[in-house]
Amino acid sequence: MSEMPGDLLYTAEHEWLRREEDGSVTIGITDHAQGALGDLVYVELPELEQDLKNGGEMAVVESVKAASDVYAPIAGTVVAVNEVLADDPEKINTDPYGDGWIVRIQPSGRIDEGALMSPDAYQQFVDELDE
Amino acid sequence: MSKLIFDKSRSGRRAFAQAPYDSMAVAIPDALLRTDKPRLPEASELQTVRHYTRLSQLNFSIDTQFYPLGSCTMKYNPRACNALALLPGFAGRHPLGPVSHGQGFLSCMYELQEMLKDVTGMQGVSLTPMAGAQGELAGVAMIKAYHDARNDHERNEIICPDAAHGTNPATATMCGCIVKEVPTGADGDIDFEALKATVGPKTAGIMLTNPSTLGVFERRIKEVAAVVHEAGGLLYYDGANLNAILGKVRPGDMGFDVIHMNLHKTFSTPHGGGGPGSGAVGVSERLLPFMPIPVVGKTETSEGLAYDWLTEKDLPQSIGRLSAFMGNAGVLLRAYIYMRMVGRAGMERIAEYATLNANYLAARLSDAGFELAFPSRRASHEFIVTLKSEARSVSLTAMDVAKALLDKNYHAPTTYFPMLVPECLLIEPTETESKETLDGFVAAMIEIATAAKEDGVSYKEAPYTMPVRRLDDVKAARQLDLVYKPEQE
Repeated sequence: MSEMPGDLLYTAEHEWLRREEDGSVTIGITDHAQGALGDLVYVELPELEQDLKNGGEMAVVESVKAASDVYAPIAGTVVAVNEVLADDPEKINTDPYGDGWIVRIQPSGRIDEGALMSPDAYQQFVDELDE
Repeated sequence: MSKLIFDKSRSGRRAFAQAPYDSMAVAIPDALLRTDKPRLPEASELQTVRHYTRLSQLNFSIDTQFYPLGSCTMKYNPRACNALALLPGFAGRHPLGPVSHGQGFLSCMYELQEMLKDVTGMQGVSLTPMAGAQGELAGVAMIKAYHDARNDHERNEIICPDAAHGTNPATATMCGCIVKEVPTGADGDIDFEALKATVGPKTAGIMLTNPSTLGVFERRIKEVAAVVHEAGGLLYYDGANLNAILGKVRPGDMGFDVIHMNLHKTFSTPHGGGGPGSGAVGVSERLLPFMPIPVVGKTETSEGLAYDWLTEKDLPQSIGRLSAFMGNAGVLLRAYIYMRMVGRAGMERIAEYATLNANYLAARLSDAGFELAFPSRRASHEFIVTLKSEARSVSLTAMDVAKALLDKNYHAPTTYFPMLVPECLLIEPTETESKETLDGFVAAMIEIATAAKEDGVSYKEAPYTMPVRRLDDVKAARQLDLVYKPEQE
């Protein structure tokens, strides 16, 4: 189990968010999520400049076990996608918080941090799921 | 791994009984005759027989091994069904032959429709879908057609529980609907409050499996039906688990408007190598006009009963045809014969023994220390074991157990479905297994777990005794290449 970064925000859907200096937000799935999915074989990414609704479909991750939708945790416009995942989806398995990032979004409004979890809160959330 | 028949090919070797007559090619103009040799294997008849007989012996099958593959209802397929379906009058019937020459066959199909109506509580049945997934497609297409016929065009949302078979949301999407997912409660029933919050003026319908994919009966089904119907939606019954309730309770009585039945599961037609299946659909009164065609109709004439195909003329609002003819005739016949052999009383017996076997297996595995996913619930015809704690403590995963079972001559249960339950095995013994077989399976499960926990045995490399070892499923998914490329001659 890799270290859970302390500078990220988390969702109950097992996504992480990182605020970048330019105001954009990088999003990926957590180590717990990649572990539950198993070896990833395919990632479907959104289009650049696509507008995403909060809770709308953002990407699809497919593993040897299942295909799963990844929902946008905030509303905004896609400013970057991790093209590397097209050929190397396993980057999400090996480095979920780093090279395995999925999308970068320019938020369309204020981010409601109350709807997101701190690292401690997410750790507790995952621990409870494991019980 | 066995060699391919191509690898055994020798130029010029022939199987004379199968060889075409040279004269047959005479009528084809020279310009159209191929000049290069087709890339077909050249082998003797004996070599060919041995090759395919050996291949068949490598198979796991219900005729040779216990096959507790959850959700698939791998019950014994009685030989009599096969023998009777192959009677010359059936086997020799041409699908384009005149209806008057196929009255016997058509009467069987009509009776099959009637029996399926009776056992499911539906008002009409169409036998034409060629498989379960096509039955689903027909079912949701009928729901759409019903709303459209009422000029209720805004209804485009289909509700699916998060534990649904993957085909449910896929079907809804194929029919142009938007899927709304509803979570499952901790007891395995649908989250009723979430359902109430999800239904609305855009609800076209809900797709439910009952008993659910979690192997438990949806207890609030009447309330679920009321909520969806009040919102103006219809209820779709995924017949995957019909075996559990056969003759006991009918989807029509639960309030369902449309159902597909997997005749290859519940009514014991062969699963084959993935087919042919049969996904007959049943409908309530309001969906009768939309059934896929053809349906078999019966009329009384002065000379007796006459059977005929009902087509567009009789059902102008039908969603249409699903195949060139009328479904998998041979499969339908086998289901018909099975139902006639089992009889009405036998239907109940099927559900009782399927459920008894599942609950016996669940209780024995639970006593042996395996964790049941829903210990407080009575199992339906199948149940879920979770290896969450074994995976954490001794790294024994559901996949490891599945592979280790193969070495002990048991087909693996369904693994990693439903996704809601981590490290799960979905186990369905069916009614046709003896207590001795079930006990043997329990013993194998205990042996595997004990070896892993007490002797530190790892099953990461299992299976050891099968024709192929542990497959690299990541590579298989990323570099899917099924095409045989013969060496250049």
